[in-house]
Amino acid sequence: MTTILVFEQLLNGLQFGVMLFLMAAGLTLVFGIMNLVNLAHGSLYMVGAYLTVSAVQWTGNYLAGVALGLLGTLAVGMLVEVIALRTLYERDHLDQVLATFGLILFFNELIAIIWGRTALYMSLPAWLQGHIEIIPGSIYPLYRAVVIGVGLVVGALLWFVVTRTRLGMLIRAGASNRTMVAALGINIRLLYTVVFGFGAALAGLAGLMAGPIYAVQPGMGELILIQVFVVIVIGGIGSIRGALVGSLVVGVVDTLGRAFLKPLLGHFISPPAAEAAGPALASMLIYLLMALVLSLRPEGLFPAKSG
Amino acid sequence: MRARTLILAACVLLLLAVPPLATVFNQPYYIDLLRRVLIFGIAAVSLNLILGYGGLVSFGHAAYLGVGAYSVGILAFYGIHNGWLQWAVAIVASALVALLIGAISVRTRGIYFIMITLAFTQMLYYLGVSVEEFGGDDGMRLKVKSQFSGLVDLGDPVTYYYVVLALLLACMYLVHRLVNSRFGRVIRAAKSNEARTRAIGFSPYPYQLVAFVIAGAMCGLAGALLANHTAYITPAFMDWTRSGEIMFMVILGGMGSIPGPALGAFALLIVEDQLAGWTQHWQVIFGPLLVLSVLFFKRGLAGLLPGGGKDG
Repeated sequence: MTTILVFEQLLNGLQFGVMLFLMAAGLTLVFGIMNLVNLAHGSLYMVGAYLTVSAVQWTGNYLAGVALGLLGTLAVGMLVEVIALRTLYERDHLDQVLATFGLILFFNELIAIIWGRTALYMSLPAWLQGHIEIIPGSIYPLYRAVVIGVGLVVGALLWFVVTRTRLGMLIRAGASNRTMVAALGINIRLLYTVVFGFGAALAGLAGLMAGPIYAVQPGMGELILIQVFVVIVIGGIGSIRGALVGSLVVGVVDTLGRAFLKPLLGHFISPPAAEAAGPALASMLIYLLMALVLSLRPEGLFPAKSG
Repeated sequence: MRARTLILAACVLLLLAVPPLATVFNQPYYIDLLRRVLIFGIAAVSLNLILGYGGLVSFGHAAYLGVGAYSVGILAFYGIHNGWLQWAVAIVASALVALLIGAISVRTRGIYFIMITLAFTQMLYYLGVSVEEFGGDDGMRLKVKSQFSGLVDLGDPVTYYYVVLALLLACMYLVHRLVNSRFGRVIRAAKSNEARTRAIGFSPYPYQLVAFVIAGAMCGLAGALLANHTAYITPAFMDWTRSGEIMFMVILGGMGSIPGPALGAFALLIVEDQLAGWTQHWQVIFGPLLVLSVLFFKRGLAGLLPGGGKDG
């Protein structure tokens, strides 16, 4: 029984880690290539979730809604890049943080004006409901399993695009020397807009997949954004491999901590004390992990070589 | 420099005149609003020490606001209302938390530093949310304000206003003395060129760490003041948007200037108050305003004063 419980929580951790990875990959790509710290990445996650909720209602078809939601987030991302963020590439990180902080306030309030402040519920089509049996005796929600699958496929695609295609070659070249790439006749501004749009779409994908699991509400992006920062700091800024490892570690540690820390502590200290300390410690666990990693490796686990 | 001194002196005189004017015009709300401005002024002045002079972009300064406020709240919860003790504990506790966070984060640079300070503050925020004994998410009431053995009564809004004003001016003076001392020269040198600072024989780390701790302690005092101001303590004091706001106050007012952060606190909170009175969706205007101020208003308010933006 306990092994099954641990297995299920491991899968939950994997599912959370996969979503963190979709966010972290976009954020770290944008940082690695454009040298831009984008706090508003969480807003794109939120925009993805809201656009998909509305698109699913409008079309009445889940997959069509998802496709529209993704395209919408891509468009919003590119628009934000062209209007506001493009001018920030040459500025220092402080300015970038402050300006994108302003964008977060704007997006959260805009969403509240359009959709209201109450949390929305995103319903799933019948074919995504139900459970599957992964190992004998353990049934797992089908939707969460699908999220894991989608995340792994997107991760593999991302690896393929970055390492094996012409676009990926340009992205890597842009990260190591943007002036040189521009001198070779590549439209670097367009490349940046495209990369930013893809990062936005990845965040939107995470957001729309999060919809049925967590609440869709204004400010949902910031909750995950700060955890994504922890992922990136642990993994090493600008490194996609680091983002993957960091996401899975943080996802699993956070989920297992919330599930098992309280009963585990109960073995060592009195149950009322464990009752109080368990949740507090569980919510701090990933930050303590970050502190530990940083004290051993200040540049994260996989420091990026360039950018 | 003379015109600058005159203008700043006029500002102080105006602030001194706020309570009598508010009483005459029967607008006690403004005493409350400006007291809040002054408290955040202290927080912004403390952040300016490390951000403006030290170049350490801390995105977690609200942590010390929370630690200071909870120090007062928790002591009051256990029936200790002595203000000297409460405020001393607030300052020492904030300094200790800053020492722990700083010891890990000051070693890192640039974007890592921003993200780490933010993450640690978020950790404290969740700690505040999850400790049910002290109100958890809902926060706790401060039933009795800090008691100063009958010397001053914080229950009186006007007295409390002048206490906060005096403390703000004291903090500004302290930062002024600090940045002009040998210690201050080292942290300013490390900001402008770390390699050269090392080359002339200073290791920046201990200096930056001490500055980080002083800033944390000063912000802890602001937290103790804020707890008495609102008579209510919630984890929202440590919310990451609060850190962002304090950072904006420093930038808006002018980094590396003594009066700048206080001016920034004034501008930000007054604009916020006016917009909030106008529409409940004020953030949809406020956010783009912040973006525009970052893009086009680099020198800050202090830069508008005669004599320019920087002073020591």
